[in-house]
Amino acid sequence: MSRFIPWISTLVAIVAMVLIWKLVIAIFDVSPFVLPQPEKVLGGVRDLVNSNGFWSDVRVTLTETLVGFAIALVLGVGLGTLLGRVVWLEQALRPVIVASQVVPKVALIPLFIIWFGFGITSKIIIVALLSFFPILLNVILGVRSVDTGQRDVMRSLNASRWQTFRRLEYPSTLPYVLAGMEVGIVFAVVGAVVGEYLGGDQGLGYRIVTSLNNLEAETLFAVILVLTLFGFLLYLGVVVLKRFLIPWHDSTIDSTRAST
Amino acid sequence: MSADMTDRVDHQLAGSRVSGALPDGEAEIELRGVSKRFKARNRDTLALTGIELGIRKQEFVTLVGQSGCGKTTLLRILAGLTQPSSGEVTIAGRPLWRGDHRDDDALRKLGLVFQDANLFPWYTVEENIALPLQLRKVDKRERRRRARELAELVGLQGFEKALPRELSGGMRQRVAIARALSYSPEILLMDEPFGALDAMTRDKMNMELQRIAQATKATVVFVTHSIAEAVFLADRVVLLSARPGRIRSITGVDSPHPRPLEVTAEPGFQEKVLELRRQLTEDEERFTKQGGVSE
Repeated sequence: MSRFIPWISTLVAIVAMVLIWKLVIAIFDVSPFVLPQPEKVLGGVRDLVNSNGFWSDVRVTLTETLVGFAIALVLGVGLGTLLGRVVWLEQALRPVIVASQVVPKVALIPLFIIWFGFGITSKIIIVALLSFFPILLNVILGVRSVDTGQRDVMRSLNASRWQTFRRLEYPSTLPYVLAGMEVGIVFAVVGAVVGEYLGGDQGLGYRIVTSLNNLEAETLFAVILVLTLFGFLLYLGVVVLKRFLIPWHDSTIDSTRAST
Repeated sequence: MSADMTDRVDHQLAGSRVSGALPDGEAEIELRGVSKRFKARNRDTLALTGIELGIRKQEFVTLVGQSGCGKTTLLRILAGLTQPSSGEVTIAGRPLWRGDHRDDDALRKLGLVFQDANLFPWYTVEENIALPLQLRKVDKRERRRRARELAELVGLQGFEKALPRELSGGMRQRVAIARALSYSPEILLMDEPFGALDAMTRDKMNMELQRIAQATKATVVFVTHSIAEAVFLADRVVLLSARPGRIRSITGVDSPHPRPLEVTAEPGFQEKVLELRRQLTEDEERFTKQGGVSE
């Protein structure tokens, strides 16, 4: 029974939201240019999906997100492993890391557009930059969190460097990598959309600009809805990966097995 | 505590130090003049000094003492996890350390159980038990056969495919024991293996351990802070004194294994426990008189 609760509650939440939406429009007599009727938005989604170049826009945004995220993953895991191991290097670089973290990275986007142009490259770099830090920080933490007792086990068994990595360090760091990816993929979508929004001529973020300029509230809402679904599917991808890679981890226990 | 001061305390207590060395050739495990000094930034601690101890094949020796007496350090030295500052460790005639390297043949004779089970949560019970065999490149079928055999020995048949998180504390410790036994070590080193378990499970595990030790014909070195547990399990109880850690006394316990729990009610047993407790208290008082700071 408890397995169905999330489904029911989600359905209830959606219905409630739509009702409140309609109520607000009715009570305050909101102009359809500001807040269109929910069913109009659904129509907007249908028009959007059927419109010229929609799928190519999806493909552009998806490419930027995935390529940028992949770069962030490789750099984050590589550098995170290095900094997690070599403590003095991490201490030496800490001011730089903190500084580059607190810089409002979205503010750098215009700079990247000046440097790398309006094309796909500048967006990939933005995506990589945004999703890099959560991955890096989680990996550093993960590398340092390998249990000393488990290390003793490997040492008492005279395990080789490779065996210690393969049997202990890799599996115990993996949950941290995936936790970083969970946050990183969300940032990646934000990076791609904002990048396109501020300087681009294609992609879903660019659609936001055009529908805003044409005062098409329905299309604007439709793009937001599509982007939500887009981000949700990518996030779901990471969660599925997590279930597949670390089924033993506490964060993936499903309620049906927890009671055993 | 400065090195100077440590040496003075060391000297004053020299009379209470006991040698546990055995005649030549009798010992399976031998510690000769072993000491360990931990160097921290602003102070040195002499954790162990002048340890002379021999342990016979198939003997069950318990190391007991208050916290900080160096009993865990001593076990880690035996296990090759900590290198002694001076002195020599020999396992079946082979020196454990050659320079900074450990002798692999000596290490293979050792099976280690810690206070925490230290299982790998990503492996099943079976895979955890067979981990040492996997590291030593035993083929998969043999690993499975051995893991099942050991799961049965420690009373875990039917749980081979379970993950550690699905087991209770006592069951996890059983897996840790089975893992230590996987490549049939001649020596089982145990550091308060049942310290985290409740009293009833602990009694049960102590009974099981006697059975397992007999079935595998293993030599056992067992660290505990419970004097009663130490006397119950041991052929010889080695009592350690703290600051610096040294052997205070060695007490033989004659009654044959496996011992039923009722042994603990016998007068002979209780006398030994009381005597060991008296020695511990005495040391504690002497230390306080010297103006040392107790933990």
